[in-house]
Amino acid sequence: MGPAFFLAIRRLRPPILVLVGVFAVGIAGLAILPGTTEDGGTWHLTIAEALYFMAYTATTIGFGEIPRAFNDTQRLWVTAMIFASVIGWAYLVASLLALVQDRAFRAALVAGQFRREVRALSTRFYLICGFGETGMLVAKALDHIGLRFALVDIDEARVQEAELLELRQSAPALAADARLPESLIAAGLQKNECAGVLALTNDDQANLAVAMAVRLLHPGIPVLARAMNRETAANMASFGTDHILNPFATFGDYLAMAIASPGSYRLWSWLTGLPGTTLEPETAPPRGHWIVCGYGRFGREVVGAFRSHGLDVTVVDPDEAPHDGLASVRGLGTEAGPLQQAGVKDSVGIVAGTDDDITNLSIAVTARELNPQLFTIVRQNLQANRPLFDAFDANIKMVSSEIIANQCMALIHSPLLAPFLEVVRRETDAWADEVIARLEASIGERTPSIWTVGVTAGSAPAVHRAILFEGSTVTLGDLRRDPARRDERLACEALYAMHKDKPVVLPPDDMLLEPGDRVLFAGRRSARAAQWQALRNLNVLEYVLTGAEAHGWLWRKVARSG
Amino acid sequence: MNMEKVVFGFFIVLAATLNFGFVYGEAADPRHHHLWEFFAAFVVNIVATVLKLGDRTQVGAIHLATSLVALLQLTAAALVWFFASPVDGSLSEDAMVSIVSLSAGALLANVVSVTILIIETTVQRR
Repeated sequence: MGPAFFLAIRRLRPPILVLVGVFAVGIAGLAILPGTTEDGGTWHLTIAEALYFMAYTATTIGFGEIPRAFNDTQRLWVTAMIFASVIGWAYLVASLLALVQDRAFRAALVAGQFRREVRALSTRFYLICGFGETGMLVAKALDHIGLRFALVDIDEARVQEAELLELRQSAPALAADARLPESLIAAGLQKNECAGVLALTNDDQANLAVAMAVRLLHPGIPVLARAMNRETAANMASFGTDHILNPFATFGDYLAMAIASPGSYRLWSWLTGLPGTTLEPETAPPRGHWIVCGYGRFGREVVGAFRSHGLDVTVVDPDEAPHDGLASVRGLGTEAGPLQQAGVKDSVGIVAGTDDDITNLSIAVTARELNPQLFTIVRQNLQANRPLFDAFDANIKMVSSEIIANQCMALIHSPLLAPFLEVVRRETDAWADEVIARLEASIGERTPSIWTVGVTAGSAPAVHRAILFEGSTVTLGDLRRDPARRDERLACEALYAMHKDKPVVLPPDDMLLEPGDRVLFAGRRSARAAQWQALRNLNVLEYVLTGAEAHGWLWRKVARSG
Repeated sequence: MNMEKVVFGFFIVLAATLNFGFVYGEAADPRHHHLWEFFAAFVVNIVATVLKLGDRTQVGAIHLATSLVALLQLTAAALVWFFASPVDGSLSEDAMVSIVSLSAGALLANVVSVTILIIETTVQRR
């Protein structure tokens, strides 16, 4: 029995006591008061009869005067008892209604249900702390790929929003403070099935607290923590938080990459795109003079990226703080004056990077009017303003929540993707263009599905068995054959592999697979489904490897004797 | 002084004393065991049980358990009384002995309850 039950009982104690009292007095009175028989004698109700009478009278059922007609004294007493018992019942009902509406009682009910749901989670699940825009994007994406999760958020309204979300699988959600370890434990942090924790609240300190709690209470599972400040990020790194997500720093890196190697940036954003998007045309920020409006956490990262590539920057910011030797203009940037002062006519691009969406749009619109050739980078803070930003059609749109969500999904869904993206960042523009061309030729423009195949008994039992016990040789190219027609290629490409514990970038088709190898694929969903059959079904695998139709034991016997 | 504690202690002790008063005397002699004393003991036991509801501590759980036992015993005694008594209200000796022994069981549970109350009070020293 949960806390809700005990709370209910404690709240209902006074009305129950009142009813017990009314019954006791009523029964006693009825049994003591003498009745009058027809011949003038007296009679008494027994206690059992009095209880029976009180029970049906107090509940307004009213069977009448049983076992025989009462006299006036008895009726007077019964009248008093009727009023007393009605008040008692009314008190009980009122208390019940008050209890149902009571916040504490409801919270206890919800918490009890949450605990039961978490206890019932029997498959791998993730714990998401913070269900703002980022948390919701991650939750939807996790649900999309069939992973379960539990939610904790301090705001009850957001938890209710989570319940309205149309998810394929139910997700336990609790309104509680994630900074408190007990909330995390209630959400299943210490369960074996808990596969990782995502600290995505909008409070850096809370994320830090979650990361720390996970390190101590369930070491060994990955923590992905959002950190908007570099100090928090450094603090998290100091105790081994696995992945620190700082959207501003990440965007700075993207931008630096986009300036240095537009092809790499294009490949990167294509591979990490949320499902349903397509390959964007190349958008390289031009070289020349840039204006950055808003010199906060975001502005600093952007300016850093520009300066690392030797680009000239003027900052427009309402604060007149000395900006590390940068040319700066005081103002918001929403009016023509400060923009012209910053040299908007001769600039190649503008970054609208304040923390207010309408200001950012206003800056971008004004700047474009002054100079229609400008390359615009606009920061979008709230998902709700998305239609406005879509209508404006900036060259690059920076959305923190999407950047974090993409990173989370890449890390959770395909652990090999992160090292591959690291390679993308290091490689040259020409290399990236070549990879894009190759991928586009085989899988089209849609954002590819990314998956990892491990040559293990769990992930690819047929392949594992064929190599280990039957001495077959399976090459990487075999995994790309269509199980329906083996001469045709599945719409997928191998991007990266761990072969004999060594990384191989763009592994060739003739690479011999060894037990324990892991291969990162990018391709269409249908290709993944087709490949899955060959990985798991020995007969399908045999056809893919040799072209021979596999048969059952009986058919083989018959075929041999015939 | 805490009024809640006074009421709580009052009903627990009263449940035990009434129970004792009913059980005390020659077991088979109906004159020693009055119906109204039984009725009072029964009602006070119900009140004591309700007062003990909703306490989640270990001591609270034992308190509630003893009260439930007492109530169960008294209910059994009441049922015996109900089925054994003929219309004129007189009881056979067998029935009386049975009622008194069941009530004595309830008394034991009530004594345990009082003992816990005393121990709890001395441990708290407040």
